[in-house]
Amino acid sequence: MTTTLIETHNVSKSFGALRAASDINFRIESGARRALIGPNGAGKTTFINLLTGVFAPTAGRVLYKGRDITDLPQAARVKLGIARTFQINRLFRGLSVLENVYIAIAERLGAAPAMLHPAGRRRDVIEESMHLLEQLKLADDAHHSISELPYGRQRLVELAIALGLKPEVLLLDEPAAGVPSAESHIILDAIDALPAHIGVLIIDHDMDLVFRFARHITVLVRGAIFAEGTPKEIGANPDVRAVYLGQASHG
Amino acid sequence: MSAPGYVLDHPAARALAERHRVRAWEALPWLLAIAFYFAFPRHLGFGTELLVAILFAISLDLALGYAGIITLGHAAFFGAGAYTVGMLAFHGVWKEPISGLLLGGAVAALIGLASGLVLLRTAGLTLLMLTLCTMALLEETANFAHAYTGSFDGLPGITFKPVLGLFEFNPLIPRTQYVYALVVLFIGFVFVRTLIYSPFGQSLTGIRENTLRMHAVGAPVRVRLVICYTISAAIAGVAGGLWAQTNLYVNLSTLSLDRAATVLIILVLGGYGRLYGSFIGAVAYMVLAHFLSQIYPTAWQLGLGLLLVLIALFARNGILGLFDTLRRHFRAKRAPS
Repeated sequence: MTTTLIETHNVSKSFGALRAASDINFRIESGARRALIGPNGAGKTTFINLLTGVFAPTAGRVLYKGRDITDLPQAARVKLGIARTFQINRLFRGLSVLENVYIAIAERLGAAPAMLHPAGRRRDVIEESMHLLEQLKLADDAHHSISELPYGRQRLVELAIALGLKPEVLLLDEPAAGVPSAESHIILDAIDALPAHIGVLIIDHDMDLVFRFARHITVLVRGAIFAEGTPKEIGANPDVRAVYLGQASHG
Repeated sequence: MSAPGYVLDHPAARALAERHRVRAWEALPWLLAIAFYFAFPRHLGFGTELLVAILFAISLDLALGYAGIITLGHAAFFGAGAYTVGMLAFHGVWKEPISGLLLGGAVAALIGLASGLVLLRTAGLTLLMLTLCTMALLEETANFAHAYTGSFDGLPGITFKPVLGLFEFNPLIPRTQYVYALVVLFIGFVFVRTLIYSPFGQSLTGIRENTLRMHAVGAPVRVRLVICYTISAAIAGVAGGLWAQTNLYVNLSTLSLDRAATVLIILVLGGYGRLYGSFIGAVAYMVLAHFLSQIYPTAWQLGLGLLLVLIALFARNGILGLFDTLRRHFRAKRAPS
């Protein structure tokens, strides 16, 4: 039984004369493995920002489990279960890997506003953080600061922070971007191992990753949905090949 | 799976669980402060000034060093506290020192809250300018309200009731002042230390390190910043009140850019976001200022300026940061891989 988690109805976003998103109808169900692809500047990251509430849409509605969340700020959407990773690492660079995950989990468990007892006394938060790092095979790096880690493992911390929020919808913005190919398997393995019930949307240029992971692909061109379908359909679609796959050369 | 709590034995988990523990060396500054009282009875006025500067720097460290709130107007709160305490006592409304300090802190906190709600919507250079403007506005207000503040001349010769009804503030032998300031500094320090090791403090560090990510983990970033700014303002206000009580006067210097810049220099010298940077920085600054002004009475700030240039070029994290770098350097040398 799948339920629709997040959906958009005719969502548009303009920056001045630039239409970064136009009339997008889209949804993510529980357990979904969707991918959003498209040439550079197609509006993929803009669309994630619209889902997470970084921007308000110029027109259209965003719903979560049937409830209108168009005007809900970012933090409130996170509390509902919408989490994301960033295309370029946005980590707490001066802090340890453990502290990075601690911050996210403390926020989710409502531990963060406490001022008068030490963070170290929230054993539950530390324990959950360590378990999460173990799952992602990051436990050995837990005491390292982010800046000491190779880029591929930093990308994994991006994912760890998002997973620490126990999301129902997870939006992955180019999770393997910038990772040398020798390390990219650690990201792919982690994505394969995501909990089955959460709805996942992945944005990527790496067609191997997209075709391996997604069961449903949406192609975005100049802010509008250009084509949708299974990986097979998208791979066989001559228009898509012309507009996108042609230049990104599959395989 | 092994026992559920086994992950807590991981070195990283243990480090996080124990990082707030008090280390033995942390007694050192307090022992030195007590030793100073006995060793330099003729310099207790200087010592008191130093203690007040440390408390003020700690308040700035909380906002700037930990939460990353860029401000050049922190003297606004120092002055608000100083004038609250000074005016109440000068006009005979409230002369009890301890509750007076709390009042000074409360007034500064209110100004911090009100200005923070507006200012903290901005960041970077805009925020810097706005904090500066807030301070300038307060300074001008104090300048114009002659009947209450004495404007340019300030309020001289204020008297307070004895501390706890026992210890008189004596302007010539400032023993009471020194011990009183030390106790207030200790309480303020313990409070800030508790705060920065708390989950709240951890989230402030998160905001400093990456504001966008803090939004994305669902943290109410602006609320946290306003709370932090208000607490920081309250402590700065207490420091200002302490200044008024230990000097027995108030003047416009408490609200001046000069004071705001000095506390910033202290923090940069010592190392911001490091709790003890305020101590090191205040000692370094006051001692340097003392000796440099004896050697070159007319141009002593030149030496300070040169030192700041050196710090900015070679020791971005201040004197404490320099120690860290050296320690890492030697550790790396001792264990060549």
